[in-house]
Amino acid sequence: MTIWGLAVKEIRHRKLSFGLGLVSVVLAVGSLVGALTLLKGYDMRTRQILARKEAEAKQKMAALNDDVRKAMLRLGFNLVILPKGQNLGDWYADDYASKYMPEEYVTRLAHSQIMTVRHLLPSLQQKVKWPEKKRTIILVGTRGEAPDFHANPKKPMVQPVPRGKIVLGYEIHHSLGLNIGDDLTLLSRHFTVHKLYQERGSKDDITAWINLKEAQELLGKKGLINAILAIECICSWSGLPKLKADIAGILPDTQVVERVSKARIRYQTRLKVAQRAKETIQAEKRSRAKLRSQRERVVSVLVVVATVGSAAWIALLSLANVRERRAEIGVLRALGLRSRQIMLLFLSKAAAMGFAGGILGLVAGFLVGKHLAITLEHAAAEPMGQTLFDPRLVLPALVMAPLLAVVASWIPAIIAAQQDPADILRQE
Amino acid sequence: MLELKDLTKRFMGPAGVVRALDGVALRVPAGEFVAVHGPSGCGKTTLLLAAGALLRPTDGRVTIDGQNPYDLPPDERSRFRAGKIGFVFQQFHLVPYLTVLDNVSAPCLAKRTPHASDRARELIARFNLDDRIGHLPAALSTGERQRAALARALLNKPKLLLADEPTGNLDERNAENVLQSFAELAEDGVAVLLVTHDTRAASYANRALYMENGNIRPAK
Repeated sequence: MTIWGLAVKEIRHRKLSFGLGLVSVVLAVGSLVGALTLLKGYDMRTRQILARKEAEAKQKMAALNDDVRKAMLRLGFNLVILPKGQNLGDWYADDYASKYMPEEYVTRLAHSQIMTVRHLLPSLQQKVKWPEKKRTIILVGTRGEAPDFHANPKKPMVQPVPRGKIVLGYEIHHSLGLNIGDDLTLLSRHFTVHKLYQERGSKDDITAWINLKEAQELLGKKGLINAILAIECICSWSGLPKLKADIAGILPDTQVVERVSKARIRYQTRLKVAQRAKETIQAEKRSRAKLRSQRERVVSVLVVVATVGSAAWIALLSLANVRERRAEIGVLRALGLRSRQIMLLFLSKAAAMGFAGGILGLVAGFLVGKHLAITLEHAAAEPMGQTLFDPRLVLPALVMAPLLAVVASWIPAIIAAQQDPADILRQE
Repeated sequence: MLELKDLTKRFMGPAGVVRALDGVALRVPAGEFVAVHGPSGCGKTTLLLAAGALLRPTDGRVTIDGQNPYDLPPDERSRFRAGKIGFVFQQFHLVPYLTVLDNVSAPCLAKRTPHASDRARELIARFNLDDRIGHLPAALSTGERQRAALARALLNKPKLLLADEPTGNLDERNAENVLQSFAELAEDGVAVLLVTHDTRAASYANRALYMENGNIRPAK
């Protein structure tokens, strides 16, 4: 027989005393594990909420981005690069420049390292008389976007017009009864109608788009353009002065004009929405963090009370056990057991109580914590249940609980070990 | 085997100093059964505890098997006690949650005894407790409890057996059986010191002593 065997037999014999101690350890460990599980559930829920809000904000921002992109396309371009000598008053009045610059400029700009300029549309635009149809139209020669060598190409916003083809604004094709595939003559050159635009309510309705080369030939401006339309990256508005300076550095014989205030307003709205979304997420984070901090405080107090209460209860039970076993201690000492062995007898019992209580407390605490986390956090049971258990709690629970019980029983065990067997036997 | 010289034990009582032992001198050689009887409160239990290395005397000397146990540090004294001395008490003091076999084997916790279980079974058989081997003390009669306590005292083959009122709770037949056992143990070479107020013990002992006021003298 061993001291451990003796302790186990005593535990079996005095089940109530052991059970009462066990309950207190289960409560202490359970409250700790339950509280940590609950906090983990809270953290998981916080992550879920923030992820959802961030996803919503991202989705909203994506929609806004798209909206701004479309707005820019419909409402005009961010920047117009004009020849330096162009009178802006005339340009605003006519909507096209009377001065010209080399077409090569657009290539130079495309090869530059200005990351914010993502779409370059060179054009040659002029109001012309259409003698064959006896009307005045705006003729735009366009070749589509310049190749973008330094950045990932985006989907082109304007498709080039092939040679021999013409794209017509609403008023032109509507009043002339033209359809896609019809042939027409403009300034003695034959074109086939390639595309018809819907009504826009702008000068586009009296505009005809043809290939840039053909426009240059028709207008006698070979190798020349009078505008480069630059669609900048939407994030660059705040850096517009720098962008202007950058373009001026690359193309010194030009001037840059910002256009389309509606698009800008939309962009700024987008920024505000983005800011609001960020603030909402931050506010949610702060609110959740504050609530967590409050819960942490409650948990800390609860755990301390449960631990101290449990330790006090175990100490009282151990003390009662020592008193109850006075005669046994006396006779064991008389049989020759050393005081250290008597102490070990009581501490073994405490360790067993702590270990069993640790296991039960771990299981009970997790189940209660999981239930509360699911109930209080309104989270789906399965995803929470699968990940709520923290294996890192196992070792501390199985080490700390026996340690708690042993520490609580230490003084009663010392009292037992120091009892004078002669006193006991005389009194018994 | 056991030698007590001028053994004195004083206690501080409510009414002043109490001389529980007052210069006791006693020698119990191996193989002798000495019975000490006397009235309650005469110091019999104190004598037994002092002789059993459990109660340090105020003065005097205890020698067991040539050694004074009180010269030893506490742990050594416990080992000494486990190896040399067996105790039997009036209240039996069996551990309530251990079976007869476990109770009889309990001294092996203090001193590793080879084949302790076999020895325990042998003693259980010797004291006719075979059919009670798996029972708890609560299920035993008083006589069986005392026999189990006696078997426990003998597990480590002590050279000195100290018994404090071992027949105090027994009926006549059981008391006689226990006293007969002590006599047989003495015949086997064990020094037996029994304190009691049961005068029947004298007829089984090799020597009978009377204790009064903390001292002993030969019984009349």
